[in-house]
Amino acid sequence: MSSTNNKKRVDLYALTWRLPIILWQFLFFVGPLVFLIAMSFFVVKNYRMMETFELSAWNRILSRDYFYSSYLYTFGMATFATLLATLLAFPASYALAFKVSENVRRWAMFFLIIPFFTSYLVKTFSWYVILAKTGVVNSLLASIGFGPYTLLNTWVGTMVGFMTLVLPLLVLLQTLSLSQVDKNLIEAAHNLGSGRVRTIFNVIIPSAKIGLVVGALFCFILSFGDFVSPYYLGGSTPQTLSILIIDTTKSGNQWPRAAVVAICMMTTLFIIAFASILFAYRKPKS
Amino acid sequence: MNETKTKPLANSMRRKFLKYSAATAVAAPYITSVKAAPTEINMLAWYGHGEPDIVGAYEEANNVKFNAKYYAGGDNMLALISQSPPGTYDLILSDAEFVMQLNAAGYIEEMDAAAYNFDDMLHDDFKQFPGHWRDGKLFSVMVRGGHLGVSYNKNAMTAEEAMSYKGFWKPELKGKVGHFDWHLPNLGMMSLLNGNGAKLWDQDDAGWKAVQETTMSLRPQVGGFFDYGGTFNSLKNGEMQAMCGIGDWITGVLEKDGAPVASVIPQEGGIQFTESYSIGKGSSKQAEVQKFIQHMLTPEGQVRSAEMAAYPGFCITKGGLALLQETNPKEAARSGQVEGAVNEPIRLINEGRIHYRDIPAQQGLEDWNDFWSDYKNA
Repeated sequence: MSSTNNKKRVDLYALTWRLPIILWQFLFFVGPLVFLIAMSFFVVKNYRMMETFELSAWNRILSRDYFYSSYLYTFGMATFATLLATLLAFPASYALAFKVSENVRRWAMFFLIIPFFTSYLVKTFSWYVILAKTGVVNSLLASIGFGPYTLLNTWVGTMVGFMTLVLPLLVLLQTLSLSQVDKNLIEAAHNLGSGRVRTIFNVIIPSAKIGLVVGALFCFILSFGDFVSPYYLGGSTPQTLSILIIDTTKSGNQWPRAAVVAICMMTTLFIIAFASILFAYRKPKS
Repeated sequence: MNETKTKPLANSMRRKFLKYSAATAVAAPYITSVKAAPTEINMLAWYGHGEPDIVGAYEEANNVKFNAKYYAGGDNMLALISQSPPGTYDLILSDAEFVMQLNAAGYIEEMDAAAYNFDDMLHDDFKQFPGHWRDGKLFSVMVRGGHLGVSYNKNAMTAEEAMSYKGFWKPELKGKVGHFDWHLPNLGMMSLLNGNGAKLWDQDDAGWKAVQETTMSLRPQVGGFFDYGGTFNSLKNGEMQAMCGIGDWITGVLEKDGAPVASVIPQEGGIQFTESYSIGKGSSKQAEVQKFIQHMLTPEGQVRSAEMAAYPGFCITKGGLALLQETNPKEAARSGQVEGAVNEPIRLINEGRIHYRDIPAQQGLEDWNDFWSDYKNA
């Protein structure tokens, strides 16, 4: 009897602490999501949204070729950004986790946080000076007889923006994850004759898999939904789904159609996130 | 002992209290009259219209305060109004082609036509601007305008090449032609290139298809699609050397800053953007708003508007033009607001080379937008 009471008290205590986040999720995620879904069935007449249940917005968007080409381009760019950022971040994270002193790691983490002090938009605009035809990169290339190359208003510009957005975060997440790897396992692998590369692939990456996958997932989510880089550094050519949302709302106040695009984006992200988490927590075959 | 020490102190404090209270009571009415709270006017406008260079002196002189809410594009403006209760905006600056929709939706008040000096307008069209009047009643007053044509970098194009929209297809400009990211002016220009002249917005299926084909043929030349900031930057840093869909309202700012850019009205014709003030439905400050609109039509108001830091426009009144020529002859010459200038706005209108921006007559705006999305993805 006393143990049941105790259990009840513990559950109530836990619930009290969980309640704010549950309420938060309902108010600011589930609620707007339900409204977004409902809005995709509304129609717009004379710039005013009419609450009704029609499939016209869905029919309109899903029957347009530009939606599919935008979708493929956005998905492709986000996938490439994820792979590129993961590959670029890993050596740095590995070095910070295993090769430097505690003091150096602490300073490095601090410097990795600094980029977040500045607005992403400001950082994006500063790339104009660096990537322009007459910018820093082309001036350096010109000094060794190359260029000038068009970097702004291309997919390269968009990718530079994506890296600006995700790379510091990814290095932080990867470093934290790699730092948790049991050093005894690494030593054991070496003692058993495993080389460095083999140890990385057979011991370190599997041990840090959850953190590495979550880092990559964040990278995909941020790149997939980003508007700033594709618009300002990519010149909106071709357009991504985020730009399509803006265009749709700008012309005719078509929020229901924008909601359709947003739902397609969110569905994609749900599937990718779910698959990633499944993969991250999958137990290796014994 | 204690009593004798505290008594003089208490007396002194009481005297001070009485003295300051009396002083405050005497001065209070004067303080109130000097520092009355300003009347707040809620303005909905394009960026720049509520900034100190335009309204600062007027606010100071008339004890009013403008709370500006900025929008980007007519659709955006209509969306903002439709989502706000009546009376939210006292003063609405609108592109002329959207005034009819504002009126049809009942978002604006009828204005007192006798309160404005239409006789001072530089052109008869400005007095009876399409859509501003309905059944003889006034709903909007034009305050400024600007012309859209070919905007270019003088180092990449000659003035002669820029005198036709065909200049955008110049092989050397491949990847260096930019678009202001709004379908209306861009497709309007392509319609002009197709020889549609005054019927540029009124095209049947065949004409609309031809406009799409012409536009699509420009796609290989295009380096990007930009908003105001992006257009400004890409012209300034030379990434884009020609720009479709804009005019002096952007290149003028850069030109004043010394950049080698300019805008011209090509032989096929140009497009005029027209900005007009209306009084928001249900506004409780209609008298104050009317006074401000009257001020913007005075020579001083017109000159401020023509010199606007965010984007220049041209004067629409004789008094404004005369004062601009007198006080800022350099800007008057730069913007063609002098007799005999190649790009003199009123002469261009009289020659039939300028067409007022409008919305498509035979297609929906969404059809144009759909094509624009296709074009961006091509």
